[in-house]
Amino acid sequence: MEAKRLTTSDPTLENIETKYYTFAQPPDELVLESGEKLGPITLAYETYGELNKQKTNAILVLHALSGDAHAAGFQKGETVPGWWDNMIGSGKGLDTNKYFVICSNVIGGCRGSTGPSSTNPVTGKPYGTDFPIITIGDMVNAQKSLIDHLGIEKLLTVVGGSMGGMEVLQWMVAYPERIRSAIPIATTMKHTPQQIAFNEVGRQAIMADPNWKKGHYYGSAIPAKGLAVARMIGHITYMSDTSMTEKFGRRLRIDKVPLKFGADFEVEGYLRYRGDNFVKRFDANSYLYITKAIDYFNLLNGNGKSLANVFEGLKARVFVVAFKSDWLYPAYQSQEIVKACKLTGVDTTYCEVSSTYGHDAFLLEVEEETHLIKHFLNGVSNGNNGAH
Amino acid sequence: MEQSPAKTENKIIIEWINKGSSVLDLGCGDGELLALLIKEKQVRAQGIELSETAIRRCVVQGLSVFQEDIDTGLSEYADKSFDYVILNQTFQQVKKPDFVLKEALRVGRKTIVGFPNFVNASARFQIFFKGKVPVTKSLPYEWYDTPNLHFLGIADFLGYCKKRSIHIENSAFVTKNKKIKLFPNFFAEIGLFLLSSKDTSQVTA
Repeated sequence: MEAKRLTTSDPTLENIETKYYTFAQPPDELVLESGEKLGPITLAYETYGELNKQKTNAILVLHALSGDAHAAGFQKGETVPGWWDNMIGSGKGLDTNKYFVICSNVIGGCRGSTGPSSTNPVTGKPYGTDFPIITIGDMVNAQKSLIDHLGIEKLLTVVGGSMGGMEVLQWMVAYPERIRSAIPIATTMKHTPQQIAFNEVGRQAIMADPNWKKGHYYGSAIPAKGLAVARMIGHITYMSDTSMTEKFGRRLRIDKVPLKFGADFEVEGYLRYRGDNFVKRFDANSYLYITKAIDYFNLLNGNGKSLANVFEGLKARVFVVAFKSDWLYPAYQSQEIVKACKLTGVDTTYCEVSSTYGHDAFLLEVEEETHLIKHFLNGVSNGNNGAH
Repeated sequence: MEQSPAKTENKIIIEWINKGSSVLDLGCGDGELLALLIKEKQVRAQGIELSETAIRRCVVQGLSVFQEDIDTGLSEYADKSFDYVILNQTFQQVKKPDFVLKEALRVGRKTIVGFPNFVNASARFQIFFKGKVPVTKSLPYEWYDTPNLHFLGIADFLGYCKKRSIHIENSAFVTKNKKIKLFPNFFAEIGLFLLSSKDTSQVTA
């Protein structure tokens, strides 16, 4: 996000290349939770570090709404590294000298994985809104295919914040035997009406853009304004009252007489800049599909799942992290996860980190997060804590 | 080097705990006791602690800890979820000790409580002769910065256990880093008790 990136001096993270894995070829398509079928599916993914011989040092990193497979290092010619570069690398929280780190773009995305902007094999044109509705569960099922493909029986950990955290929780429930530990950060077991409401305003902004054309805009002008507004709303919810005050105050961007309804305040300029930039790298339909997947997410939905049994049989160690100023995914939602872990006797650690950054803290509170995650993973790899 | 009083208490608690059991430490601080229990008794350890800095130190040691308030943190646990629940030096600091101990006895098969004896000789001396609220080795705080919310002596606690039908399986008393036996209510700086609820002791008897 906005934090100053340290340029990596790690030679193994130079000239990073995105790889692609294609599976679910017809007639063996992936059956989605909706019952619809999707295939073939391509996942864009990157890896950092080396997989050991026993294949026991693999970590799956799960990205948030607007993230992608490029989590760390620099691709050729790039000046800005991947989105979690301050966490992944030599000597960092996810230490690439010790661990093999994998990150893939979710299905429904637009950064190399199959999504609404991909070509529909039936029509030979982009899917647009003919793309089926996808869920967090579908994203995780696709990731599991990739992990199978890489020949990894058990992941050392699955880690992610926000939507990535939901995927972590989904892994804990869907594939408990495939993970040794899990780190859900700044996330929730189910989206609340308030969270759905913010997403819905973003979707309405996109769909109200005349260029959206019911999702079939590929090859013509894109609904840029709508997507930019959606992103602006998002950014408001990612920050906190305090962090906005610290960053912008009421400072004006201009010295002269203000323009009528120009971006006079710094905060306005920032949001416009963020919105306009986002449009260059993100597809509006992907925004619709992914936010819907997030809204549908409810770990306690169906199959008689309750707080008391949702993590039944989970042997993994769990590390739940929340941030005090995060009002989009408030700490009480992380405490719910902890509650469920307690009820089923899952070995759990919970930290509520002091931060003024709001929800963005999971990308910005690097020092604290690095410290905690590094030591938690040491504990997991050394297998300490008595009877376990 | 002189052993700190905390070390003596830890030794006693470690003695009381069976190998390979499960332990919940309420107010585990930086996790010193839990780490020792894992090392010496191979326990499955879980801590609860409110302080962020203490939690950090626990995580560094690879301990499983919850950052939360022990006044409310036990409700999700089923009865007898742990072999032992420990309330060492935190019993007198919680808002509702009566409720927390009841919960501890429910969640643990056995509960270990340790607290400073507020009526030991040195404290009595200071109140009587100096006319001041005592500041002693086991009560090192001034009145304005003490985390202690409740003030009790060994005799108070014995009376309390009787009233609440709490079974005392074992007890130990510490003064100047040494175990003592005689007149603990007068001499002990710290009292330690191994407790179980009456109905449990009847079942196992």
